[in-house]
Amino acid sequence: MRELSFDAVVIGGGAAGMAAALELEARGHAVAIVEREERLGGILAQCVHNGFGLIEFDEELTGPEFAERFEEKVGARPIKVLCGCTVLSLEAEGQDKVVSCVSSAEGVIALRSRAVVLAMGCRERNRGNIRIPGSRPAGVYTAGLAQRLVNVEGYVPGKDVVIIGSGDIGLIMARRMSWIGCKVHAVVEILPYPSGLTRNIVQCLRDFGIPLYLSHLTTEIYGRDRVEGVEVAPIENGALMTAKAFRIPCDTVLLSVGLVPENELSRTAGVTINPMTSGPWADSSLMTSVSGVFACGNVLHVHDLVDFVVEESRRAGAFAAAWLAGARPGREVRVKAGSNVRYVAPARVEAGRDNKLYLRTMIVKNDALLEVKLDGKVLLSSKKNHVQPSEMITLKLGKAELAGAAELPDASIEISIL
Amino acid sequence: MEGTYDVAIIGAGVCGANIARRLSAYELDVALLDKEADVSFGVSKANSGIVHGGFHHNKKYLKARLEIQGAMMFDRLKAELDFPFVRCGIVVVALHEDEIRAVEQLYAQGVENGAIGIEMCSRERMLELEPSLSRDALGGLYAPGGGIVEPYRFVFSLVESAAKNGVRLLTGWEASGAIREGEAWSLRASDGRSLRARYVVNCAGLYADEVSRIFGAEDYAIKGRKGEYYLLDKLTRAKPGRVVFPVPTSVSKGMLIVPTVEGTVLLGPTASAIDDKGDAATTKEQLETILRSARNMIPDISETDVITSFAGIRSILGEDYYIDASAKVPGFIQVAGIQSPGLTASPAIGEYVKDLLKKAGLVLVEKADWDPCVAKLPRAKDLSPFELDALVAEDPAYGEIVCRCERVTEAEIVAAIRRGHTTLDGIKYFTRAQMGRCQGGFCTYKILKILMRETGMSWDRITKHGRESTVLRGEL
Ligand SMILES: Cc1cc2nc3c(=O)[nH]c(=O)nc-3n(C[C@H](O)[C@H](O)[C@H](O)COP(=O)(O)OP(=O)(O)OC[C@H]3O[C@@H](n4cnc5c(N)ncnc54)[C@H](O)[C@@H]3O)c2cc1C
Ligand SMILES: Cc1cc2nc3c(=O)[nH]c(=O)nc-3n(C[C@H](O)[C@H](O)[C@H](O)COP(=O)(O)OP(=O)(O)OC[C@H]3O[C@@H](n4cnc5c(N)ncnc54)[C@H](O)[C@@H]3O)c2cc1C
Repeated sequence: MRELSFDAVVIGGGAAGMAAALELEARGHAVAIVEREERLGGILAQCVHNGFGLIEFDEELTGPEFAERFEEKVGARPIKVLCGCTVLSLEAEGQDKVVSCVSSAEGVIALRSRAVVLAMGCRERNRGNIRIPGSRPAGVYTAGLAQRLVNVEGYVPGKDVVIIGSGDIGLIMARRMSWIGCKVHAVVEILPYPSGLTRNIVQCLRDFGIPLYLSHLTTEIYGRDRVEGVEVAPIENGALMTAKAFRIPCDTVLLSVGLVPENELSRTAGVTINPMTSGPWADSSLMTSVSGVFACGNVLHVHDLVDFVVEESRRAGAFAAAWLAGARPGREVRVKAGSNVRYVAPARVEAGRDNKLYLRTMIVKNDALLEVKLDGKVLLSSKKNHVQPSEMITLKLGKAELAGAAELPDASIEISIL
Repeated sequence: MEGTYDVAIIGAGVCGANIARRLSAYELDVALLDKEADVSFGVSKANSGIVHGGFHHNKKYLKARLEIQGAMMFDRLKAELDFPFVRCGIVVVALHEDEIRAVEQLYAQGVENGAIGIEMCSRERMLELEPSLSRDALGGLYAPGGGIVEPYRFVFSLVESAAKNGVRLLTGWEASGAIREGEAWSLRASDGRSLRARYVVNCAGLYADEVSRIFGAEDYAIKGRKGEYYLLDKLTRAKPGRVVFPVPTSVSKGMLIVPTVEGTVLLGPTASAIDDKGDAATTKEQLETILRSARNMIPDISETDVITSFAGIRSILGEDYYIDASAKVPGFIQVAGIQSPGLTASPAIGEYVKDLLKKAGLVLVEKADWDPCVAKLPRAKDLSPFELDALVAEDPAYGEIVCRCERVTEAEIVAAIRRGHTTLDGIKYFTRAQMGRCQGGFCTYKILKILMRETGMSWDRITKHGRESTVLRGEL
């Protein structure tokens, strides 16, 4: 068993991992990226549609093109890249972290470092998680798996499709399946509003005449060997109207019912998880509850745009570099989710500098107000033309705004959408 | 014509598999037939996986006697066959005063049946054994001899051992016709294949009544009773150390909380009568009762830990098992109505059927070279980093993690395929790949590719569980 040493090890070579590693290397640290797949890029490899990089590169790229640009940047720097290599465990040993990983080429390797950046991305929620009853035939796939089968492997999972959940991947797959000659009969969403971005509702459903059933619950999947259809019932005033249930015949069900950060590895390493995001609790420097272990990208909380992933991950890389150089956060102030806010990440800000926060609201509203309070006093409020749960909101909290917080012992900030 | 056999066993569930392996010790030609694409795809794949504690049934029943005998055979079988089995113990929890009375009866029955180490527990003892139990627990019973097993892996190992000792396995072989020709049966499959056998053992589970009719033997009707389950993630906080039973009802042993050998937690089963024996669909109403019942015993159970649900169907034919030589036709042994504790009893059923065959005139001569053991397959998730490293040096496919949730390597997938598990479900039951928290979201496409590479099958022949369950519908 070989052992290698670095200043920092990045787990996961998607957009997040690459951005964090580049930042660490740029600040003079020896860095390794460990990625289980044969190539860097993560989930981007299967997102062959346009719409990536509008902020980062100021042009519309496909997922693989976006990934390639970062892959080239990584390749041009002395960053150790271990592909086809799966991390099995992460442990803290005194001041050191030990990441052990396995690949067919090298067997088990132990990577020793002082800092670790978690960038393992997320996984899709599945049928069991949302507990759809019925039979268990072939033909039920998560939308991401279908995307992989179609876009990378070149197979058609089915011809007559019903999509459950209106998350972005499902919407994009509705369009993709239509393009390859399949019939998408419906998108069924339990909530009264879509979970995906508005642009995807327009470009992927409306333009193809695909019906969207909002406030409808999928009550059964039926079919013995292969899916034969789904049964759907409306929800009216919070009650399931079983008398109004109807069946939609199909041979394929795609599930687009949300993503969950992949934190099993983090959990076994002792990292505390925030139940609202399913990602680690992070301080103002994106450091988790385990000293020297940072997190960014979809493993921290689910992002809708890769540009935000990259932005956050650069900061994580820079914070990890600063930490390696001995910097420690100054006075931190706790950040809480207030009215109509599902979560704020990270859940702390540092009083002495500019901070960037991401948050998700729980409501759909036009002309909303974003309000930041410090111990009950309004610090900042700004107008938002439109807010909805599927669109992440970014917020800057500057040194100036936080000046008052530095003096208060035990201060806390609360962010609300009104 | 696929040969002439001394014995043909219809049904490769846990009963058929045990009978086949037992007979493999003798100088006999044995065929094991199943209509499905793989073995253990019937009732034996979807049950609670408990090796019972010997206190639920009265000894006047054959099923109770076989249960007690079968339960004792598991340690030896595990040593020979390498399947997941642990004697973790069973507790029965009483939540009301009158339930304590019922537990006392179970205790007395257990003592009468010779259940080793069985004891009555005070509330304090109960909560000490299982700290996650509800504070409402009043006491109960503890049977340290009870255990848990992965039922399909048990069947796979038995069949592998039987095949190693010469038993011929024929899958996709649905017995659909039989005529008596001289001293033997001539059997026909629905796809036109045929074979001859001097003796036939009917262990067709839910469909034993149909098979009996095909042979012109006894007329009886097996009814289905569905049991639905929830499976919880390994990382759930609500994992007990032992199997937790409620006090039984008149129709079933109630809904249990089972810490499976592989670390997940199983909740269920429900009990509802069904008309269509093939209907293994789960229902909203039943699934809701599971969480309610389980939380009565372990309040920490959370629906966010649910990774999947499924259902199994009990074969109901009266109170007791029907295991006997047919009184109507020669050379035909009935093994029917094998409801719970059939898994526990199955090794003893193997012995019992062997003796029935002997009584019916089958000559048993022990094989000199019978090998009871099968090779142990290393599983990456059970290995230390050093062991895994050494293994990768021998076989690099052990360094390729295919299923991240259950840590299953390409080498294990290939091993499953080489042992004949060539459907997605077969590979799942053999390796656990697709069985964890992502339920195959990440690894299904990788398994498809390995399956095509190893078997040479084209994409349109890959199925989830055989028959019409094709996975892909086109190529781009
Ligand atoms: C299907 C889909 C469609 C999207 N569409 C768009 C879009 O149209 N426009 C847009 O801007 N954004 C889109 N996004 C969002 C954005 O692209 C992603 O959020 C972003 O790429 C995620 O980057 P990441 O690095 O956090 O995660 P990932 O890309 O998932 O990378 C995580 C990496 O970690 C590796 N890994 C995990 N565990 C281990 C381990 N134990 N050992 C080794 N390696 C490990 C994985 O193999 C993976 O490569 C989409 C996201 C998804 C999921
Ligand atoms: C919900 C539930 C929970 C249970 N829990 C437990 C438990 O915890 N402990 C315990 O000890 N027992 C338990 N049991 C009981 C146990 O699962 C069964 O007793 C046992 O699996 C029965 O095995 P079998 O071989 O008789 O039937 P099966 O496994 O159904 O095997 C019969 C086989 O015959 C095949 N077949 C049918 N017709 C034909 C044909 N015409 N030609 C060819 N092949 C055919 C089928 O495909 C099938 O594979 C439970 C049962 C259920 C349903």
